[in-house]
Parts: sequence; C-alpha cells; structure tokens
Amino acid sequence: MVEHTVAATNAIVTLDVPIPQVIWGWMITLNMWAKSIGTGVVLVGAYLLARHGREVGESVKVSMPLISFIFLNIFLLFTLLDLHQPLRMWHIFAYPNWTSAITVGAWLATLFTAVIFIMMLIGLRSFVVARKEKMPRFCRKLAEMEFLSDSLYNKLLKVAVVLALPVTMYTATIMGEATARELWQTPTELVQMLLAAILTGSAVYLIIGQKWSYEVKRDLAIMLGVSAFLSFVIYMGEYYFGAMKAEEVAAILTAVKEGPYSAMFWAGQWIAFIIPMALVYLSLKSRSGSLLFLAGVLAIVGLYITKHVWLIIPQLLPLS
Amino acid sequence: MKLGFLVDLNLCMGCKGCEVACKVENQVPLHSWRLRVKYVDVGVYPETKRTYTPLRCNHCEDAPCERICPVSALHYLENGIVNIDKERCIGCAGCMMACPYGAIYMDPVTNTADKCTFCAHRVASSMMPACVVACPVEANIFGDLDDPASQISQYIMRHQKEGGVQVRKPEKNTHPKHFYVGGGQVHLNPLASKREEGYNLFNKITHLDHIGGH
Repeated sequence: MVEHTVAATNAIVTLDVPIPQVIWGWMITLNMWAKSIGTGVVLVGAYLLARHGREVGESVKVSMPLISFIFLNIFLLFTLLDLHQPLRMWHIFAYPNWTSAITVGAWLATLFTAVIFIMMLIGLRSFVVARKEKMPRFCRKLAEMEFLSDSLYNKLLKVAVVLALPVTMYTATIMGEATARELWQTPTELVQMLLAAILTGSAVYLIIGQKWSYEVKRDLAIMLGVSAFLSFVIYMGEYYFGAMKAEEVAAILTAVKEGPYSAMFWAGQWIAFIIPMALVYLSLKSRSGSLLFLAGVLAIVGLYITKHVWLIIPQLLPLS
Repeated sequence: MKLGFLVDLNLCMGCKGCEVACKVENQVPLHSWRLRVKYVDVGVYPETKRTYTPLRCNHCEDAPCERICPVSALHYLENGIVNIDKERCIGCAGCMMACPYGAIYMDPVTNTADKCTFCAHRVASSMMPACVVACPVEANIFGDLDDPASQISQYIMRHQKEGGVQVRKPEKNTHPKHFYVGGGQVHLNPLASKREEGYNLFNKITHLDHIGGH
C-alpha cells in the first residue's frame, strides 16, 4: 500500500477499540487433529483389511473402531467445549442451517460416530468370543449379542469409509466459509485434510503394528511418506507463492516468514513432514521397523503444530 | 424494502456521539462495540491529517455470517437487516471468523455473538437508529434503498455521478448495504494503516486476548 511505502502518507491508527485476536484457538486445532486420526484410522484400516486382511485382520477389526471412537470423542468433546453456549449444542439438530458447513459436518460426524460405535462393539465382541472363558460376566453378555455379526461389520465398514471422507474434509469447507480469512481456500484445504487423515492413519498403524510383517509396514510407510510429501509441497506452495494471490495473504504470511510464528511453522514442517519422509526413506533401505515407529510418532505430533500455526496466523490480521 | 446506511466521511468529525448513543441504546457491555469510530493519522509532521471512520455491520446482501451460522441465529429480516437471535446462538464464533469486516463480537455477558442490527427494534417502531439521531452533523443517512425518492437513494445517486460512493472490501462479493462517501484507502482498507505500539491516544490496549467467556 502506498500508505506504507511513502513517508508523506504514513498512516497510523491512533485511536480504536481493542480488536479481537485469536478467536479459534488450540481447542479447534485439537478438534481438527483428533478428527484426522479418528477418520484416518478408518480409511487406512479399510485398506489394510482389504490388502493384508489375513495377517492383520483380527487386530485391525478391533483396534480400528476403538481408536477411531476414542479420537472422535476427543474431537466432539473439544468441539463442544469450544462453544460459548455448549448446552445449546442441540440447536444444531433442532434448527439446522444447511448452508453452514458446521451444521452439515456436525450431522455427518454424529452419524459417523454412531457407525463406528457399533463397529467397535462388534470388534470387541469378536475379541470376547475368542476368549470367552477368561472374560468377566458383563463381557460375556456382549458375546451373546449375536446380531453384532461379522457380516454387519463388513457392511458398516463400507458405510464408515464413505462417511469418513466428508467427515475428515468438511472442516476445509468451514475454513472456506470463513471468508474473512483469505489464507484458507477450500480446494487446497480439502486436499490437506485428506492428506492429514492418511498421514495420521498410517502413523497410528505403524505405532501399534510393530509385530506386523515388513510388507505391511512398507505399505504403511509409503502411505505416510507420500502423504507427508504432498502435504509439504502444498504448504511450501502457499509459503512461497501464496503472497501473489492477495495483499491479505501476503500480510498473513509475514507471520510465518519473519513474524512470531516462523519458528513454530518450521518446527511443524520438520517434525510432521521432513523428518518422517527421511525416516521412511531410511527404513525402506534398512527394513527398520523402529525408524517407522519414530516416523509415526513425529508425524502425529508435528501435524498438531502445523495445523495450529495455519489456524492462528490468519486471525492475526486486523479486519477493520 | 431494503434498508441501507450511508456515512458521509466528509462531514464526520470523529465526535464519537454515534458510538456512545449505540452503547446506551443497545446496552452494549464494556469491552464490546457494535459501532466504533476509528482514528487514523496520515502524513508526517507538520503535514498531517486525522481521518475518522465509523465502522459497523455492513448488513451484506450475501452475508457470510448468515451462511456459516449453524443454527440460523443470524438471519435476514424482511427489510434486509441482518438480525441476530441471541437465544438461539450457540457461541461457535463461526460468524466472527466469517465476517470480513470484524463487525461481530462475543458478548461477554450473554456468551453469544452480537452486532449492529441497525437498531432493528427502533426501526420496527418507525424510529431512526440511535446513531443516526445522535450525529450532530447528519453524517449518517439511513433509509430504503428500494425507494428512489428516499434520502439515501438520492444521496447515492448524487454522489455516484462523481464516483464517490464506496463499500468496504467489494472484492469479497458480500454486497454490503453500508456505503461511504468521501472515503479513501485509509478509511476503508485496514491494511492501509499500521497499528503500532505507542501511537494510541488514551488507550494502550490494541488487542483482546480472550474472547467472551473462555
């Protein structure tokens, strides 16, 4: 702006009210991060069941819905806690506004969680049936529920995979509807959300599947490495070329180029993407499972940092 | 009927009468503003000028806040006003993230979103908004944009010939129903001025760290 570059027109705000800074903070970061894990384990788990079902089937059938259910509940809990009127959450179901991605997402996420809950019960039942004699009485009750069958599980798995895609991606549409924040564009964020789910889903199975064969781990490592690479490329594209889009984006990106979030941004990129990519490469050379374990942990931790920076920086810009 | 607002910045003298009238009329809590007047100083001493810009909700025809609100707490009235139902609001702050004009705040008392409603309760009783009544120089003009004979329509027609009617951030495609006459980049574009520590008159707080009840 000429007002910035020419001394004679130096323009400075001398009286104004305090303006809001961060509106959506760490709870929303946690929301997105937990949702990535909750949906990612389903997407990657479905692949594992289809490709390596004979080897990992029993384990994945139990762990997939269990982990997904835990992280979906973290996601839903912090979504609720972030509301200033959490007791009115039911309004979303009573007075839905279908143009809002928040509404559509809340409905889909609720449906998805219900499907995952039933799958979790079926998974736990099959675990209990196999060890019926050693289980306490209330677990044996679960074993008696014969309608919780494998065929139902397989049908629900298809539904879960179909639902996992919009559930993991709808936040990108919320970010797009947040028209005040020029940095977030729905098409880019849709891909980032999907990649985050694949990244965390594969990372989770690399952590819990230490006893699995190297062939399974190699598939997971490739998924982790490719999703980390693509995600990193998009972030770098935004970092280096985003400023061309608009003056607002240029102003926002100064926060990560020379501003207060520069260190955190690069920490996130290294921990979530660059180091895991290197570890995947080294493990493919050496067939090391422990390197992949480390890559999985780093990807999950780093993704939180990366998402947090991307959530906060557009909010630092004054809107009026 | 489509109600709209126009501020003639050539007339505004930054007295903040409208700001105070709005606070009183709508019982806006401390630390919150439905309407504010921003001062921006331009130039280098001794060639300096102070500009005044009243900022309020733009009552957009294609309002991002209405679109993102998950429970339709933000909704259109028949007269075009973007109104808010505080009893329905769940406090998700989606509207605050969506409004390109930073016009929505979280009321710290009710823990719900709130904003300028063009004093919809006064309008319903055929009264002008409080800020219009309070302005000592009649810089605020309020009326029906659908009526070519209304004062606001006439004012827009008169000044449009000179190319002098602006809205904030037209590139956002929100079609604001709040217009300015005599505004420049410094008035309308927040990126055209800097917010630097040590330059504020009376007030040392530039940002609110906490929003609402969190």
